[in-house]
Amino acid sequence: MFQLRHVQFKDILHIENFSIPGQRVCCLFGESGSGKSTLLKMLNGMLTQDSGEVLYKNQEISSYDPVDLRKEVVMLGQDAVMFEGTVRDNLLIGRKFSGKEETSDQKLGELLNALRLGKQLEDEADKLSGGEKQRVAFGRVLLMDAEVYLLDEPTSALDVETETLVMDLFTNQLRERDKTAVFVTHSKEVAEKYADEIFYMNDILVSEGT
Amino acid sequence: MNEMLDITLWQLVSAYIFILILLAIVRWRKIPREKEIVIATLRMTIQLVLVGYVLMFIFENENWIYSVIVILLMETFAVYNIFKRTKKEMNTSLKKIIAVSMVSGTLFAFIYFDFIVVQFSPWYDPRYFIPIAGMLIGNSMTGITLGVGALIEGFSSRKKEVEAALMLGADPNQASKGIVNNAFDSAILPTINSMVGMGIVFLPGMMTGVILSGASPLDAIKYQIAIMLGITGSVSLSVIIFLHFGYQTFFNKRAQLK
Ligand SMILES: Nc1ncnc2c1ncn2[C@@H]1O[C@H](COP(=O)(O)OP(=O)(O)OP(=O)(O)O)[C@@H](O)[C@H]1O
Ligand SMILES: [Mg+2]
Repeated sequence: MFQLRHVQFKDILHIENFSIPGQRVCCLFGESGSGKSTLLKMLNGMLTQDSGEVLYKNQEISSYDPVDLRKEVVMLGQDAVMFEGTVRDNLLIGRKFSGKEETSDQKLGELLNALRLGKQLEDEADKLSGGEKQRVAFGRVLLMDAEVYLLDEPTSALDVETETLVMDLFTNQLRERDKTAVFVTHSKEVAEKYADEIFYMNDILVSEGT
Repeated sequence: MNEMLDITLWQLVSAYIFILILLAIVRWRKIPREKEIVIATLRMTIQLVLVGYVLMFIFENENWIYSVIVILLMETFAVYNIFKRTKKEMNTSLKKIIAVSMVSGTLFAFIYFDFIVVQFSPWYDPRYFIPIAGMLIGNSMTGITLGVGALIEGFSSRKKEVEAALMLGADPNQASKGIVNNAFDSAILPTINSMVGMGIVFLPGMMTGVILSGASPLDAIKYQIAIMLGITGSVSLSVIIFLHFGYQTFFNKRAQLK
């Protein structure tokens, strides 16, 4: 799905040769500051490499219209950002950006339940706790029907039980629909439990691991 | 129309007593502001005297060239003043947009106001041309200054939000909507507030002037209503133009935040 060749970004990323397969759940694993977030942003067109090639579906990423690309390759950033408005507004905003029709309140309610969010759709998103915000941000991305999901530490603020629940929900949906995901985690258990492929990332290079 | 009462030079000098009182108070209270007060008083006096002579010259030698030069000077001063009053760093494209929006917004409102609303003639009559231009330009200047500040502040404090929206496939316009709307609000709020307080909290300078010069308060009010509407139009137009092009300077061609 993605191929990187001789990629250089500032002195943060140096990647010789690396590919990410499609229709798989992949996990990026590596120490803090190794450039995981930077790599995801590059795949989502939020950053452009200084040199080398980054291909998506065999085409250089910078040759796509960046906004169209991001509707197909959506990214959930490391910080759970809430937009002004209610939980409903926040869940739907991704679909709104990509011009998709709204999801019914019933479906949104079901999603809240599945994410174990004991909140109403009308609640102010701003007042949620850190972990609740993270689940709303996660739900927002899940609703987007994207081709590729890039998730940067999507469960870092959750307890293990809730994390399992959320990751189960996500990976099941992904496999059902044959989509691609790359997620970052610091938890070895989560990586091994959910990923088809794990990539270890260290200072200079991304290497394919077990 | 009865003529405005003339103040003799000695009467005017006696008004400086207010400043002396102020100086006495700050000296007594040991507030270190004497220098500022003296400088401000001197500047006010010298600037007004100069402007008085310049305007007298222009009024006596009615010529479209002088009116045009004055409005150009005002625009230049206003743009320069916005740059100076904006404490945060600005890129050159934002500066260009400030200048273009300031000039085009105020000129458009000004031309409409002069030719459709007031309809004085000749079109460059400095008695109308200059004060009207001054009011529209001055207020737009304040509006854009506030708008610039709020826009830059918004992009720095709400960066994460803009990024998150972009990552989900928002275009730069959608991603910065909250910031732009907020900047519009802060830019336009003083104008809205002054409409609300108009006539109750204060009698604006223009109306005071018209009344002092002997016109009936009802005529003065008609002018004031017209000029308030003109100011609102000028401020909103220049601010909208500024914001519409201004937010785009925070993004590059790849729809990434700069
Ligand atoms: N915009 C930027 N400009 C310069 N350096 C940056 C920028 N963003 C990140 N960096 C640096 O790049 C390195 C990699 O950052 P990145 O956020 O990709 O790490 P990470 O692997 O996601 O770390 P973490 O696990 O802590 O989230 C860090 O040293 C960081 O300081
Ligand atoms: Mg990171």
